[in-house]
Amino acid sequence: MSFFQVTAELMDGFWLTCRLFAETLLYSLPLGLLISFGLLSNFRPLRGVMNVVVWAIRGTPLMLLLFIVFYVPGFAFGVTLDRYPAALLAFVVNYACYFAVIFKGGIQSVPVGQTEAGQVLGMRGGQVFGRVVLFQVFRNILAPVSNEVITLVKDTALARTISVLEIMFMANQLLTTKALVWPLFYTALFYLLFIGVLTLLFQFLEKKVSYYKV
Amino acid sequence: MSFLSVEHVYKDFGATEVLRDVSFSAERGTITAIIGASGAGKTTLLRCLNFLELPDQGTIHLNGKCIWQAGVHYTKAELRELRLNFGLVFQSFNLFPQYTALQNVRMPLQLQWKEKLKAQRLSFGAYQAEKKRRLAESTAAAEAMLRQVGLGEKLHAYPCELSGGQCQRLAIARALILEPSVLCFDEPTSALDPALTGEVLRVIRSLCSEERAMIVVTHDMDFAARVADRVVLMEDGRVKDEGTPELLKTVFQSGGEL
Repeated sequence: MSFFQVTAELMDGFWLTCRLFAETLLYSLPLGLLISFGLLSNFRPLRGVMNVVVWAIRGTPLMLLLFIVFYVPGFAFGVTLDRYPAALLAFVVNYACYFAVIFKGGIQSVPVGQTEAGQVLGMRGGQVFGRVVLFQVFRNILAPVSNEVITLVKDTALARTISVLEIMFMANQLLTTKALVWPLFYTALFYLLFIGVLTLLFQFLEKKVSYYKV
Repeated sequence: MSFLSVEHVYKDFGATEVLRDVSFSAERGTITAIIGASGAGKTTLLRCLNFLELPDQGTIHLNGKCIWQAGVHYTKAELRELRLNFGLVFQSFNLFPQYTALQNVRMPLQLQWKEKLKAQRLSFGAYQAEKKRRLAESTAAAEAMLRQVGLGEKLHAYPCELSGGQCQRLAIARALILEPSVLCFDEPTSALDPALTGEVLRVIRSLCSEERAMIVVTHDMDFAARVADRVVLMEDGRVKDEGTPELLKTVFQSGGEL
C-alpha cells in the first residue's frame, strides 16, 4: 500500500474522529451546564442525584462506560444501539459530567456581589446570568475547558474498543490485515495537527476575553 | 407621613437576631446617615431596603404608600419592581468588569425598555426601528449621567482602568440611571484612600436633590457628621438614637463610642 493510500484510509477514520469530537462537544457542553445547575441547586434531592451521577461517571473508566452503553441495553432489553451512537452517548454523558464540575466551579468563582448588583438594577434571574455572570464564567473556565477538550480528542481513540471506525481503529486494521506498523505511528501526526489547531484557537479565545482585569 | 418610613423591621439569620424592631424615616432632599459599630446591623438594614434580604417582620412605606409588608407573599416580578424604587452603591462597587463605563450605566436602561418592547409585540421592522431609537436615547442618557459624576472622559474605559474614586462615581451613575426614589450607599469611604473622603462627600452632597432621599451607611463618625442631615445610631440590631448630626457630638461627649 502506498503512502497516499494509507493516508486516504486514515483520513476516513480521522473524519469519524472529528465527527465524534465535534458532536460530543455540541451535546456535552449544554448538558454539562444543565448538570452544573443541578449541582448548584438549592433543591437537595436534585443536588444529591446530580452529585451521585457525577461521582459514578467520574469514578469509572470511560472505556467501561462505552461497554455499558453498547452491551447492556442488548442484554437487558434486547435493544442494540449502533456502534457510533453508542460511542457518542457514552462520550457525551462522560464529558458532560466533567464539564459540569468545571462550570460549577466557574459559576461559584463569580462573586455573589455581581448577582446582587444585577438584582438591585431590576434584572431578572436569567438576565443576571446571561448578561453578567455567564461571560465571567466563560473567562474563568476557558483554561480547564481547553484541557478537557484536548483530552477529548485523544479519548476518541477509545471508541475503537466497540469497533467504531475512527483513526486508531483504521491504523490497527492496517496493522492486522496488511502487516503495516508505521500507519499506527503516523496517526500521531493527525492528532498533533488537530490539537495544534485547537491550542491556537484557545489561545485566541483567551486573548479575546482577557481585555479586562477583575 | 415621611417620604420613606421603615417600621418595626426584624431580621434573623437562623438563631442570630440581626435587626430587632428597627424603625426610622427619611425625607426627600435629605441625607440620612445610619451609623454604628461593626455588627450593629447597618448593612443588613440596607440590604433589607433593597430587598436583597427580606425582613421577617415590619413594613416599609414609600411616598405614603405601603410597598412592603412582612407576611405578604411577593412574586419575583413584584420584588424586581420594588427594587427599582431603591438604588444601591455597594461597598465594593460590584461593577460589571466585562463592560465599559458607558455599558455599565446603559445596560439597566436597555434591559428595561427591551422588556417593554417585547411586550408590545411589534413587527420585526417596527421593533428594529424602535430599538435603534431607544438605544440612542439610553446611550445619550448614560453619557449625560457619566458626565454629571465627572466621568465624561472615561466613557469607554473598563472598571479595571479606573481609580477607586472613579469606580465609585461609576457605581453611583449606574445606581442613578433608573432614577430611584431612595439612593443608598454602603460604607462609601471604606474601600477608598482616606484622602478621597472629601471627594466622596462632595459627590454625595451634589446628588442631594428634592427628587430623592439618600441613605448612607457608615462607621466613620466624622464623615457621617459632615455628610448627613439626620443620623440614625444603631447598636446590636436596634436603633439606639435618632436625630441631627449634633447627636454624634452628644454621644461622644457622654463617653459613647462606636
